[in-house]
Formats: sequence, structure tokens, C-alpha cells
Amino acid sequence: MSAPLLSIDGLTKAYPGVVANNQVSFQIQPGEVHALLGENGAGKSTLVKMIYGLVRPDSGTMSFMGASYTPAEPRAARATGVAMVFQHFSLFEALNVAENIALGMENPPKPRDLAARITEVSEAYGLPLDPGRLVGDLSAGERQRVEIIRCLLQDPKLLIMDEPTSVLTPQEVEILFHTLRKLSAEGTAILYISHKLEEIRALCDEATVLRLGKVVGTCDPKSTSAAEMAELMVGKSLAVPARSEAAHGDVILEVDNLSVAPASAFGTPLRDISIKIKAGEVLGIGGVAGNGQDELLAALSGETITAPNAVELKGKPVGNLSPNERRSAGILCGPEERLGHAAAPDMSLIENALLTARHRKSLDKNGFLDWGKTRQYAEEVIAAFDVRTPGPENAARSLSGGNLQKFVIGREVMQEPSVLVVNQPTWGVDASAAADIRQAILDLAGRGAGVIVISQDLDELLEISDNFCALNEGRLSDTKPTAGLTMETIGLMLGGAHDMHEAEVAHV
Amino acid sequence: MFKLEKRPSPSKPWILATPILAVVMTMLAGGLMFAVLGKNPFEAIRIIFYDPLFNAQFASYSRPQLLVKAGPLILIAIGLSLGFRAGIWNIGAEGQYIMGAIAGATFGLAFYPTESPLIFPGMVIAGALGGWAWAMIPAILRTVFRTNEILVSLLLVYVAEKFLASAAVGFLRNPEGSGFPGSRQLNRIDAMSNPELFANTGMHWGVVMAFISVIAAYILLNKHLLGYQIKLAGQAPRAAKFAGVNPSRLIILCLGVSGALAGLAGLFEVSGPAGQISIDFNVGYGFTAIIVAFLGRLHPVGILLAGLLMALTYIGGELAQLMLGIPASAIQAFQGMLLFFLLALDVLSNYRIRMKKGEATA
Repeated sequence: MSAPLLSIDGLTKAYPGVVANNQVSFQIQPGEVHALLGENGAGKSTLVKMIYGLVRPDSGTMSFMGASYTPAEPRAARATGVAMVFQHFSLFEALNVAENIALGMENPPKPRDLAARITEVSEAYGLPLDPGRLVGDLSAGERQRVEIIRCLLQDPKLLIMDEPTSVLTPQEVEILFHTLRKLSAEGTAILYISHKLEEIRALCDEATVLRLGKVVGTCDPKSTSAAEMAELMVGKSLAVPARSEAAHGDVILEVDNLSVAPASAFGTPLRDISIKIKAGEVLGIGGVAGNGQDELLAALSGETITAPNAVELKGKPVGNLSPNERRSAGILCGPEERLGHAAAPDMSLIENALLTARHRKSLDKNGFLDWGKTRQYAEEVIAAFDVRTPGPENAARSLSGGNLQKFVIGREVMQEPSVLVVNQPTWGVDASAAADIRQAILDLAGRGAGVIVISQDLDELLEISDNFCALNEGRLSDTKPTAGLTMETIGLMLGGAHDMHEAEVAHV
Repeated sequence: MFKLEKRPSPSKPWILATPILAVVMTMLAGGLMFAVLGKNPFEAIRIIFYDPLFNAQFASYSRPQLLVKAGPLILIAIGLSLGFRAGIWNIGAEGQYIMGAIAGATFGLAFYPTESPLIFPGMVIAGALGGWAWAMIPAILRTVFRTNEILVSLLLVYVAEKFLASAAVGFLRNPEGSGFPGSRQLNRIDAMSNPELFANTGMHWGVVMAFISVIAAYILLNKHLLGYQIKLAGQAPRAAKFAGVNPSRLIILCLGVSGALAGLAGLFEVSGPAGQISIDFNVGYGFTAIIVAFLGRLHPVGILLAGLLMALTYIGGELAQLMLGIPASAIQAFQGMLLFFLLALDVLSNYRIRMKKGEATA
């Protein structure tokens, strides 16, 4: 290959207390699929924000097709030929696809022409999408297509994709990869950000690995093993979690035909959900976010009250009990949203320890709080789960995502529940903290607790769960043993892409 | 260019320093305003902050006034602060104050001319219940019909004022008052009076109650589960629900407590310093207490100090009107500056100011 499309030389960006990017240099060739690999917090996002004009570098230079490139804002980046699909979509649910795309354009064409263009592009790249549909009705995968098509309409020379597969089912990932390969063959370069190694091996021509803001290596992902790349990314080799081989006990938690109406217009109802977990079992519930995960956790935690018999713990009905009554009975939960749901951001870790541990750890007498004992419990959690913080009096929001998650999970696990339900336990958590959390979950199951892990991360579920089922539009699939599951079966259980619905029905 | 940057944890030194800094800046800006009005700023500031307490000529009158004015402000503000911390906005303390006074006075006068030591305690309970009941209207409307408690509680102030007027000229009018509006003088009836407990201190039962409420609120917020739940509900409503806090119960509790304390303040006022139910009985304590609550950062000790400071600016402000002829509106602007600077400087305890660096070569 000749002249690089984008050349980055010595980019540095420092934020107070942390150097997000330190002397980062690499090049992207025209038509290349270039992976940017690194853990959460390695500086990937800051780097692409600089390329997209959202953040200005402190020092260093960029050049695009040989000319100096200093985008002052995303509009300038787009004018040069750089487009970006963000991890979090910026779409209006109450508008349709074409209206959403028109909103992001400088000079939108007439609605009819735009709809025709959208259909044309979506067909050309194998991304089926109806321009007249309401975004609120689309799946996460379809919403991503809206964002991609919005970018493609600008005819970009470089397309940046930030963790595009985190919300997709395996089948949707295949469709996306097909599109990206086609784009690449037509000469569009792609900067692909991910920490999922197998994807990068399947898709990318070249990989640049970032760790703590620095480029620690480049490799050809097709000829490098996933383990080697992981070591490069994390800086050490990670232990695979060890699971106990003890036989499972009696059924400990039973959910029977649980149905809950949606809380809001775009909320998801729960429909006829039935679950049985035995003591010592880890049940993995897969599914793309927004398919009822939050609602299921709320129904199990007691934030949503249901019929008494819909949830039974050790044969006793608990469906009508409040969160604290369920905690006393032995069901503990770890919600997905750390700041604001599992923990109060501005409160200290001591106060946050009290949030869920008051009953089981007897942290009050007649309503009067025992702060000494609470502090002691917070310190125990911090010590046992290696939470990095100067001390328990620090506010929850001062902790990094991984450390706060370790604290939140540790707070529940150390109360030795009979049943633990966690939603996205390692979302946005660095690899070593994620490994610690998974090990703690497996150890808890080894001590005889039943555990439900709700997660979008299929690798995680396959690694730690004994049985697997999937949540799709508020319905739970049949449960199957994890051992021997293929990605294809899982994809069908997840409901696949929306276009796969017919296929699923035909199979059954 | 300046840039505000969120601190990882609120800064302890700044939390303590900003109120002092706010008072200093109010003195500077207020002094400037007085100078523009052609008054000697140093003299004006001295009259407002120093003379009411230490001037040989006025202090004997104005020093007791400090507690008389601060008492109801603190008592009402303590109740309001609990709700404000939980994100429950009772703006209608003025109305609850009026209803407490009417309920208490009605209870006492119903027994006239009986003399019994049980009448005054009964009036205290009736006063608290009157304020509580008036606050239950927005509480129940909010929990059952999801109405906005800010609007309902505020509008009920005007209803209470009309009710006060009808009581003063109607069912509570002094039968021996030659037809003038206003009830009997409660503070001249032994069984119904809330007297000054120590001569020339201004200390009456309402002030005692204010001090008790400060201590009780401190214990509640720092040592009791309920205080923890109040703070949690205000800071992270979703986490509060996860922790098992029942939002409706909290609304009823917070509005009830603030209504009862406002009602008590009204009762102690009508049976003490004011002395009778009259058409113009309420003088705005219920609204000023909102300012006091925020001036004290919703912290019990802060509210105690803020109540005293606010009372001081009232007394000093009146004195300055009298001595220097400063217009009343200028005094109000001065008091507004105090709140403005406090809230503006409050930013510094959660944020730090950084100078933005010049753009490096990109």
C-alpha cells in the first residue's frame, strides 16, 4: 500500500490526574480494516474523539490523505470524510428512521428523495431498513443500522466504529461484518474499536493495541492468537475462572408465569417468565439490552411487586414482599446501573454499604444506625474484593467503574445470600476486575447459592453459567445446558436479528 | 477562560468557608449599593450587623428581638429542610403557620375563661395538628393524584390567608373588642400565654422548641435510618427504591413534619409575641424560612446560624431604615444578595475553577 489515508503522529491528551493518550502514533491505509484494541480506560475513546474532532489533542499531529488534519469540530471531520458510529446511539425514539437521519444532515434532501436514498444504500450494503418505521420500535441492531446508514450517506473515506457489536446478536454481527467487508473492498477504511478478540481476528487487517494511553504494540490479528493479543492488551495473562464441580442441590428459587406490564410507553413487558434454579447453579440469561432485563431484575429484587406465588424462595411465596423483606429472606440483587441504582453517587462507601446490608448485617437497632459496624462492613468488602480507594469515607462516584462494581458485587456476595441476581456484572469493567467478579460469583455458587447472571456478554455467560436461556422482548426462551451450545443455537435463542423472526418460527 | 471541574468528593474546607465568604461579599456589594444611594456604607453595615447586638442605646430593645425573630424561622426551616433533602418541596409553610395559629388559638379560646394548666399544652398539640393537616392536603394530592406539591402548597397559603381574615373578623373575633377585627389577647390570658421565660432575652417556648428541633433533626439525619432514607431519596431516587424506601410514605412524613413544625411556630407566635389572631398576623416567616433552610445548607446547625443571621439582618435593616433612611427595598435587595452569593459560591464546594490552557498545536 502506498500513501496512508490517515496518519497519526505523537498524539497526546492529558486530563487532570490522567494521561489518556501518550505519544500515540499509527497509520491507516485506504480500504484497511484497522482494529484499535484495548481495555476500558486504555484511551481508545479519547483517541477516536480526537480523530472525530470532539476533543483537541494537547500535542501531536494528524494528516489525512497527505494534508494536515486538525478538525475543530465533528462537522469539519465529516466534511473531510471521517464518519463515526457511536456506541451509544443518538436517535429520537418518537421519530421515524428517515426523520432521524435528516436531523443529522447539514442540507437534508426532500423527504421522498431521502427515503429513496436510504432504501438504496441499505440494499446496496445488505442492511435492511424501512425508512418509514418509528425508531422506538426498532431493535438495537436496527438502530445501529440507522446510525451506519446516516454515516454512509456522507460517503466517508474513514468510518470509525466504537464497540459496534456490544448490542448485537451473533447473527446481527455476521450481517454487520458482511457490510464492513464490502465497504472495505470498495476502498473505505474502517477504524474498528473493540476489546473482543475473536471479532478482531475475524474482521481486521491490522491491529494497534493501547494500554494505559500508550501504543504497546501492533500485530496482524489474522496470524496472532487471541491469547497473545489479550496478553498484549492486559499486560499479564489472565486466569480462567475456576468453577466448583459439586452437584446441584434442591430447587431454591422458582419463578412461575411471571408477567409484568411495562412501566412506560417504550418499556418492555415481562411475559410468562418461568425460571427454576437449584442450589449451587449459575443460570445465565442472555439477550440484547432493552428486552426486559431491568424489569426482570426489578421483579426479583422486589422493586416491582407481583403476585405472591409468581416468585418462590425455597417453596415460600415472596412475590409480594418488599426489597428489604426479600433481602431478609435471602434474595439479593445487583442492578446494572452502578451510579444511581446500585449505589448513591454522592454518598460515601460506608453509607452505600448500608444501602442493602442493613438487615442481614444488623447495622441498626430500632432504626438507630450503627455507623461503626457499617464502616467495618464497608472496610471488609473493600479488603476482600480489592477495591482501590483511599478509604470507605470516599464518595461512590470517586471510584472507577471497575472498583465501584467490585464494591457493589462484594457488598451483596459477602452477605452470603441464598439467591443472587446480577444484571451486567462486568459491564464497563476492566478485564482483571471482571475476572475477579466472575470468580466471586462462581465461589458463591460453590458455597451453595443459586445465581442468576443477566448479561449481554455471551462469552461471559458461556464461561460461568451452568445453564443458559435468553430474554427476547420480555419472553424467556427454554433453558439449555451451557456445555455444547453453539453460537448459532444461542443466536436463535436470542431471537436473532429482527429479520430472523420468521426463521425462528419456522425452526420451532 | 475559566472552566469548572467537578471534584471527586465535595471539599470540606470550602463547605465551611463559603458561608463566611458569602457574608463578606454581601457586605462589599451591599456597601457599594448603599454608597450609590448616598449613604455611608461603613455606617450602614455597622448598623445592620453590629448595633442591634452591642449599641448601648438600642441593644436592650433589639437583642431580645433576635431570638423572637429567629425562633420561628429556625423552627419552620428545620421542618422544610427534611423535605428539601428528600426532594419534596413544601413552599406553603406560611399557610401551615397560619393554620397552626388558628387551630391553637381556637382550641384555647374555646375554654375561655377557664384557667387550667392543661390548656396551653392542648393548644400546642392543636397548633401542630393544624399545620400538619394543612400540609396533608398537598401530601395526599401528590401521593394519590400525582399533583405537584410545590403549586398546591403555595396556593394553599392564599387560602389560609383568607381563612385567617375570616377568623379574625368572624368566629374568633373578640366579643369585648368593640367590633374591631382580631381575637382576644392570648398573651394576656395566663392559661393561653406563651410568656418570655427569662426577662429581656426574648426566649419563649417557641425558641426552646426551635432549639429542640435543631437537636432532633441533627440526630435524625446523622444517626437514624429515617434521616438516611431522606438523604438517599433526595440524592438517588432509584437507589432509594432499591434500598426499600417507600416514596409515598416519605412524602407524607416530610410534608407532615414540616407542616406540624410550621403550625407550632404559628401557635407560639400567636400566643406570645403577636398575642392575637389578626388579619395581618402572618409576616412572611414561612417564606423567609425557605431562604434560611438553604442559607443553612439544609443542615440543622447551619439553619440555626442562618436563622440568627437572617433575624439580625431584619432587625439591623429596620434600624438602618430608621437611622439612615435607607429604603426598605434596598434592605430587601441586601438580604437577596446574601442568598445569591451563598448559592453562587456553593458551586465551589462541588467544583473547582481551572484556567483553560491555550490551545496547543493540533
